[in-house]
Amino acid sequence: MESDTLQNGTHVKLSAKDFSSDQDVRWCPGCGDYSILAQVQRVMPSFEIPREKTVFVAGIGCSSRFPYYMNTYGFHGIHGRAAAIASGLKIARTDLDVWVATGDGDLLSIGGNHFIHILRRNINTVIMLFNNRIYGLTKGQYSPTSEHGKITKSSPFGTVDTPFNPLTLALGAGGSFVARTMDRDPKHMQDVVSKAHKHKGTSFIEIFQNCNIYNDGAYELYTEKDTKPENTINLEHGKPLLFGKDKNKGIKLDGFRPVIISLDDGIHTVNDVIVHDHTSKELAMILAQFSEIKGFPVPLGVLYEVERPCFEDEMEEQIEDSTRKKGAGDLEKLLFSGTTWEVK
Amino acid sequence: MEKTVEVLKSAIIRFAGDSGDGMQIAGSRFTETSAFFGNDLSTFPDYPAEIRAPAGTLFGVSGFQIQISSQDIYSPGDEPDVLVAMNPAALKVNLKDLKRNGTIIANEDAFIDKNLQLAGYETNPLEDGSLAGYKLLKVPITRATNNAVAEIGLNAKDANRCKNFYALGLTYWLYDRPLEVTENWLHSKFTGKPQIAEGNVKAMRAGYYFGETAEIFTTRYKVAPAKLPKGIYRNVTGNHATALGILSASVKSGLPLFLGSYPITPASDILHDLSEFKNFGVKTFQAEDEIAAICAAIGASFGGSLAFTSTSGPGMALKQEAVGLAVMLELPLVICNVQRGGPSTGLPTKTEQADLLQVVSGRNGECPLPVLAAASPADCFNMIYEAARIAVKYMTPVVLLTDGYLANGAEPWNIPHVKDLPEIKVTFRTEKEGFFPYLRDENLARPWVKPGTPGLEHRIGGLEKQHITGNVSYDTKNHEFMVKMRAQKVQNVQNDIPELEVDGDPEGEVLIIGWGSTYGSITAAKERLDAKGYKVSRIHLRYLNPFPKNLGEIMKRFKKVLIPELNLGQLLKLIRAEYLVDAIGLDKIQGLPFKASEIEAKVIELLKN
Repeated sequence: MESDTLQNGTHVKLSAKDFSSDQDVRWCPGCGDYSILAQVQRVMPSFEIPREKTVFVAGIGCSSRFPYYMNTYGFHGIHGRAAAIASGLKIARTDLDVWVATGDGDLLSIGGNHFIHILRRNINTVIMLFNNRIYGLTKGQYSPTSEHGKITKSSPFGTVDTPFNPLTLALGAGGSFVARTMDRDPKHMQDVVSKAHKHKGTSFIEIFQNCNIYNDGAYELYTEKDTKPENTINLEHGKPLLFGKDKNKGIKLDGFRPVIISLDDGIHTVNDVIVHDHTSKELAMILAQFSEIKGFPVPLGVLYEVERPCFEDEMEEQIEDSTRKKGAGDLEKLLFSGTTWEVK
Repeated sequence: MEKTVEVLKSAIIRFAGDSGDGMQIAGSRFTETSAFFGNDLSTFPDYPAEIRAPAGTLFGVSGFQIQISSQDIYSPGDEPDVLVAMNPAALKVNLKDLKRNGTIIANEDAFIDKNLQLAGYETNPLEDGSLAGYKLLKVPITRATNNAVAEIGLNAKDANRCKNFYALGLTYWLYDRPLEVTENWLHSKFTGKPQIAEGNVKAMRAGYYFGETAEIFTTRYKVAPAKLPKGIYRNVTGNHATALGILSASVKSGLPLFLGSYPITPASDILHDLSEFKNFGVKTFQAEDEIAAICAAIGASFGGSLAFTSTSGPGMALKQEAVGLAVMLELPLVICNVQRGGPSTGLPTKTEQADLLQVVSGRNGECPLPVLAAASPADCFNMIYEAARIAVKYMTPVVLLTDGYLANGAEPWNIPHVKDLPEIKVTFRTEKEGFFPYLRDENLARPWVKPGTPGLEHRIGGLEKQHITGNVSYDTKNHEFMVKMRAQKVQNVQNDIPELEVDGDPEGEVLIIGWGSTYGSITAAKERLDAKGYKVSRIHLRYLNPFPKNLGEIMKRFKKVLIPELNLGQLLKLIRAEYLVDAIGLDKIQGLPFKASEIEAKVIELLKN
């Protein structure tokens, strides 16, 4: 992907390569992170934003090395705090394009608090959650998204933790853009990342990412050609919720309860199938929970997208408003305000 | 009735009552009026952590002490001359501090069985003769207040709430203060509720006239205006001075100010004050927690703002990992820790100096940063400004230590003119040629580059950096080099701070070393010692890391070094470790500042032995 970008004051054609830094990429061979890096680098030029205006912020974990590999400004923070660092940066510098690369431990465990608060504030950033359902950098402990009963180094008898569903968590916290994609579907990821970037507000993308060392095959069911059609459902705004190899299955709502129907049963037609509406939070919540219902396909694509005010814009408005009413701050006047007296 | 007038050099008044009685308001109004009148003054608000503790209880007592003087003073004083006690609990808690033969103005209406019982009195102290050693003035404050405001038609609750102004009016008469300053304040404070303003004005006047007419008040006192250095003054608390100081640093440096903060006693007023300054372009971010507050500030610093985070002890502990990040990133950051009693939640509203070691060394790894401490409420302005200057010059986080006593205490402030404030020069790197993120200047500071600067795209993080390039490096020799480099950079600040001046003889028997808010108590103690003919010298530290250059050399000239601190001897440890000086500590960990008499007694003991 190439496009015309104003870079250093002149129009230049940037390509994916221009977004690649001079640092050697140090993820394990075969890691899903490589695909995420490649897809992001591929779509960056299409945004027509100069490299110097772009900042990638990360916390700690395998995912969080991401900024080192992007030839933009980058900030590798401390564990869990990427969302907080990105919040401060974006509030201070609304002109910058701020991204967060994070993992399931970083964002949902140690950084859980910052995650829900950036979502409710709707600070205009893109958060990419590399969800591999395992702690990779610390060599294989269970994470807050590891399935219940999972056997790992720190849970030899299986976990007794119920995992988070990142999508319902994001929706519950007031996320204005909630989507999911996979490392093994480059085109889909490019599309979702582009949509996330276009959205104004906190855009949250859960990326199913395979850790081939500590949790290999976690998403096999969704990524492999033969099982993918029956186990995933691709969401498109305005389109009926169909899935299956022959797109012959659909989702119907029975009250609040989703049911799977067959279009071949002679009873149902496509008219019975609900049409995806990404402005409906109710529907998004129902879709987000598919992964917790046995036999249901996991949704991929944009579940929810609505416009609402961003924290940093409202703060700037308050500043402008106050400046209009009181005039630009006069420090000398302020220091000498209140009850003063003179000693001669 | 003829009343005698006594002229005093100074007077100490303490207002005490329930935490809902408005004692802090009465105290701060007395402060403002006295400041306007031209006295030098120093205040000490002391209140419980509960907002409205159960009425009448001992732990619910709220107090406000003020010393007014016609001379330079440095502390709110040791023993009050006058105690205003709004109920039995207030009397019980505060009587032990009152000067012998001191005056008690007691609200006799509150000395009813229930309140006496709550305060643990078996008999009424106003009647049983137990206060014979004091000058007891019984005043029906509740009834008199209700009578005074009767015609206004306030409901019983609002009428009753005016009684602090009745007590205030009475003290205004006693110390010959004008009422106008407070009347103006009331009218502007309650613009939307003129009845409330009127009620309080009426109560205050009634109190004033009671003093004038009641026969029990035979003497009034005059404390003349003080001869302070020339200038325009205002009254300022430590927290407000801190807010104004960091704002001034922002204006002078041209850097937009970003505050990341989380509400915490006793630091919250800094957040409140800065939130008002929107028309200066100040961005205040009330974060979800202390960690987010500092991390957001670090993000803003990366973006080129003057980044600031304000907190108190427990919040400081939470921030420490991120402070380490700022040390590693070598980004400027100003941190203000308004110390309170600890550990853990400790004594939220009480003062202490027990975070010194925490901020000097309470982080993982070798993690040095400059540490400063303000000596008085007004000095908070100078020192936060200084913290900002050092932070941006050396590209480092800097901690300013204040404490609850400084934060809420007030004193007259000789307001500086903006043009006279030191310059804070900031240059952002824009030159591409020869740029490396960790290539240092003559101060060992690395370049500050704002994202958005073309051609200088780079990545920084908490992993160890390679010298110059800033690339991630696990090289062991490089690590040692960088650890020493960061330490040297902070040490170099020593060349950039004023040397200590000895107050008193340059050599002798006893040297007192103070830091932070003990300034006032030590100064008062030294004055008493001087007056009695004892020889003692003192120095006061406002820079705690690195120490001023001549500290070691000064200490050598004295036989004994005394370090009074509101902790178990934290500066003492640092000084012993760094200078191998056998200094002697004087501790107080009661949530209260030193009394001058406590330091005085210790010095006399040292001089005699």
